[in-house]
This record gives sequence, structure tokens and C-alpha cells, in this order.
Amino acid sequence: MIGYLIRRVIQAVIVVIGVCAITFILYHLFPGGANSEARIILGPRATQPQINQFLEQNGLNKPIWTQFIVLVGHVFTFNLGYSYKLNEPVSTIVLQKLPKTVLLLGFATLLTVIIAIPLGIFQVLRRNKPSDYALTTLSFIFYATPTFFLGIVLIQLFAIHWHFFPPEAPQSASVGQILSDWQGLVLPVFTLAAVYIAGFSRYMRSSMMEALTEDYVRTARAKGLSTRRVNYVHALRNALIPIITLLGLTLPAIVSGALITEDVFNYPGMGLAFFNAAINNDFPLLIGTVVVAAIATVVGSLLADILYAVLDPRIRYV
Amino acid sequence: MIPLKGQATGVDKAVDKAFSEAESIRGQILHGNIVQTDMEVTEAGEAGGVGGLGKIIWRVFAENKLALVSVGVVVFMLLFCFVGPHFYVTPQANYVVTNVNEVLAHPSGQHLLGTDPNGYDTVGRLMVGGATALEIALLAAGIATVFGVFFGAVSGYAGGAVDAIMMRIVDTILSVPTLFLLIVIAAILHPSFWLIVFIVALAAWLVPARLIRGETLTLRTREYVQAVRAMGGGGSRIVVRHIIPNAVGTIIVNATFQIADAIGVLAALGFLGFGVPPPGTSWGQMLSDGISYAQEGAWWLIYPAGVCIILITVSFNYIGDALRDAFEVRLQRR
Repeated sequence: MIGYLIRRVIQAVIVVIGVCAITFILYHLFPGGANSEARIILGPRATQPQINQFLEQNGLNKPIWTQFIVLVGHVFTFNLGYSYKLNEPVSTIVLQKLPKTVLLLGFATLLTVIIAIPLGIFQVLRRNKPSDYALTTLSFIFYATPTFFLGIVLIQLFAIHWHFFPPEAPQSASVGQILSDWQGLVLPVFTLAAVYIAGFSRYMRSSMMEALTEDYVRTARAKGLSTRRVNYVHALRNALIPIITLLGLTLPAIVSGALITEDVFNYPGMGLAFFNAAINNDFPLLIGTVVVAAIATVVGSLLADILYAVLDPRIRYV
Repeated sequence: MIPLKGQATGVDKAVDKAFSEAESIRGQILHGNIVQTDMEVTEAGEAGGVGGLGKIIWRVFAENKLALVSVGVVVFMLLFCFVGPHFYVTPQANYVVTNVNEVLAHPSGQHLLGTDPNGYDTVGRLMVGGATALEIALLAAGIATVFGVFFGAVSGYAGGAVDAIMMRIVDTILSVPTLFLLIVIAAILHPSFWLIVFIVALAAWLVPARLIRGETLTLRTREYVQAVRAMGGGGSRIVVRHIIPNAVGTIIVNATFQIADAIGVLAALGFLGFGVPPPGTSWGQMLSDGISYAQEGAWWLIYPAGVCIILITVSFNYIGDALRDAFEVRLQRR
């Protein structure tokens, strides 16, 4: 177990170094090399001394291996460069925006789990009845709907047509104020969660069905336990474990979904900052955000794997 | 602890298992009943002695009525997008010609779905945008599948350090949220048709690579592969002539899902403003361009494009699902 954890953490660190390599490649993707990169980042009116200073500051005139090692050092010390467009260090901007995105992701994940698990169980208990089929149809329609289209439709219906909720997410700077303006969070959270509610409830359904065919469930029934107890204590607890792995694997997709949701609802998180950076050609912020999103995802998957290993004592990693 | 050459470590196995499970959610989403699928498989397996393999695969596939409907939808969409422009000729059906006197026209006999803010006919734009979306999605899925299959097969067959390095590359790219990575590249290099194909493929090759690697790990221990090796067949011959052909079911099923995913990624990219340059368009771009007008009542600018995306995505998912069942029969018979 301990050995597994250590190896899993080492693996995560290797992936983070890999993320650095991707970042490095992105920085060298600019057609025309470092000089034109400096010109793109500093703007067309930058003078040659300014460009030289930029190259010096960012170590872009050093040999390529030194540059890479410096970049890895920067990532591990959370030094993500400087946004010349916003005149702020990227890490400051990220620290400001990250809590809001985490809030959105947290609520969406929570909503997914809260709705999807009971839904999956309900479908197993009523399997092959009309309600099961209806939910199946519904879940696959939601599964195929692009996040942004769902967001637009929800805004059209619930904000513009019926005025139930505001069309825009809360704009406050602090997380506390965003929470107090919860009406504005309803549509974005549901938009982000819908695809995963569909996916997870199907997964839960099959996971529970599988658990019900296991030997220990038969044993529990043979002991004379009530159906309720067998279903909810014996089968459910085991059926829940794979959901955690699924959460870890879905995390990158949910983070991508947050980018779209934040854009549709104008929610001032990392996704929107990233989107604005892309439009304004603010490359340091753009690449810095990718690094943070990637590392957050790696950490999230790591936590999911560790939780999985802790919860399922049958798993023995060699 | 260093794993023996070619032996998947516990972690790897767990990840692979979780992976194929996650992939199979799609199957479960589309399939109300897993038990029912198993029954179909046995029935077809019994009937297996009668016809050839292709026939059995087709029979199981054709039993799935929703899959047949999906094939119909895909064929209709292809005709609509690629043949349609030759028949649907209104003054503005050709997307290069606009009429500024007729902007944001309501649906009418002349313009079945109205016109957009530029005066383009919406039905004509749906055809043009759909053709672009389908071309990019099919090309990207094709490139991603070919590359992913070779990457996965080589990784799984080579084993050891090569395998470890190749799989860490896959893990790393997988851990970067797709859209973030793709948009940075699009922002740096400015989108053109082929760049978008490349970008969508870049996101798509990872899953086939993982799946085929898993498959290769089991296939490489089979007797026929060992026989080839004993007869002096080289690694490239084994991979190309024996391992990849035997993984063909997994490859085809996954390729179908890749098309559905590519359409989704492409739509998201287009929606965020990183689509093909004007006057070209794609369904996602049409949606993004139409939002502000839709809020003033021009529903025809967003709903048709959205429905097209959903229809084609659902169809490819259904087809992939039915193909999976059909190929499972093949495995059962073996």
C-alpha cells in the first residue's frame, strides 16, 4: 500500500515534468523563434533593447537544456511568468481566479454525485420498466448535448423566457459573495454537471447491477437479511468504489467543461481568464493557465487513486 | 520495484481497467440493458455456423434498430451536407453570395430557416458548416486512429522502458484538459483547416493508443504470435500483420466513437472562436455567431445547428455501440 502510494506520487511528479515539457514546446511553437516570441508578447512597438531585456529576463538566450531546467524549476516554485497585457504576475491572477473555478467544479461534481448515484440505483431497482427506459433515453440525450448548447438553451428558457434565474453568473470578486448570490450559480452548475450526471448514472446503474450478481450478495440473502439491507449495505458500498476512479478519469474533461461554462455564463474564473487571454494574445497568462489546469488535474486524479486504494482493501498493488 | 519486461504492473492494469470501463460507459449509456446484450450475443453465436463472419457481424448489427436508424441519420447528413448544396439553390444558398437587404429574415418559403445577420441563408450555411465539420471530424478521427493504433501497438509489443516512456507521454497529454491545450495551440498558430484537423487529432489519438496497447499486451502472448516469432518474423511484421489485424474490432468501434468526440471537440473549438476562417463556418461557429441574435428571438440561428450536432453525435455513438456488440460476437465465436 505504502509502496503503491509512493510510486503513484512519483508517477504524478513525472507527469508534471511532462506537463513542463508540453509547456516548453508551446513556448517554442511561435513561428520565428525566441525573437518573434518576444515581439508577439511585448507588442509590435517593442524596441530591440526591450526585446533583449525580455530574452535576458526569461533566459531565452541560454542553451535549450538550461531553459528547460529553469522552466521546471519555475513550475515547481509556482513562478508562471508575467502577463504584460494585465501587468501582473500570472501566479497572482491564477490565485485570484482559481478558487472560483474550484467552487464551480466542486458544486458541479457534488451535484453529479448527488443526482447520479440515486438515479442509477433507482434504475436498477426498476430495471426494464418504463421509468428505467425513460431515464435511459433522457440520459443519453444529455450525454450527447454539447455543454455550450445546453447552457444557451437553459439561458433562453430559464433566464430570458421565464426569468427564474439570472442569465449571468455572479460577478463578485470574493468566493463568499458568489455564494450569497446562489441563484446565479444554479444554471452554470447544472450546465456543467448535466453531461456527467448522464454518464455517471449509467455507470452507477451497471456497477450496481454487477454488484448484485456477486457471491457475497447471495450469501447475504441466504443469511436472511432484508432486501433493503442487502441492496444498500452490501451491494451499494461495493458499487460505489469504481465511481471514484471514474471521477479521477473524468476530471480533465470536467475542467475543460468549466472553460466552456465560464465562457457561456461569463463566470469570472480561470476558464474565462484563459479565454480572454486567448483572445488578447496574452501568451504568458495563456500558457500559465494551462500549466495550472494540468497540475490541478494531476493532483485531483492522484487523490482519486489514493482514495480508491484506501477504500477498497481488496486491491493489492504490487 | 521494477516490473519484469512486458509485464503490466498492478497500477497499469488498474488504470487500463478503469480506462476500458470509462470507455464502456458510453455503451451502457446507449444500452438500457446489458443482460439483454449478452442474450443477443449467445443467440447470434449459435447461429454462427451458418454464414461467414461478416454476415454474423452484420446480422447482430442489424438487430439493433436504433443503430440502423443512426446509419440512416448519418447517410442523410452526409447527403445533406455534401450533395445538398448542388440541389438547394436559392439566391443565398451559395455561401459566398449574400444579400444585405435580407438580413435576419424570418423562416419563409424562400428561406426555409431564415437568414443570418450577414444575409446568408441558414439552410445553405448548415450545409456548408456541416460539410466542414464532418470533413474535419472524419479526417481527424482517421489520423488519430491510425497514429494511436501504431503508437499503442508498438508500445505494448516493445514493453519495458520503451513502453513505460511511451505510456507516460500518453498520460501526460491526457492529464492536460483537452480544450485548454488545443486553444493555446490555435491561439499561437492561427487556425486554418489543416491546423484544426491536426489539433482535433492531437486530442483524439490518446484513447486508441491506450486501448490498443492493452489489447497488444494480451495478443503478444498468443500462440500464433509466438509461432511467427519462432519462424523468424520481425517485430514490425508481427505488429503490422498479426497484432493490428486481430485488434480490428476494437479499432473500428473506437474509431466510430472518435468521430463523435471529434465533432464535439470541433464544435466547442468553433464555439469559442477557434474555427475555420470566414467565409467558412462550422456548426459550432454558427451557434456562437447566433447567440446574441437568438436572445432577440432569432431562434433559427442556434437551434438547427445545435440539433444537427446532437443528432450526428448520438448517431455515431449508437453505431459504435452496435458495432461493439457485433464484434463481441466475433470474439465469442473464436
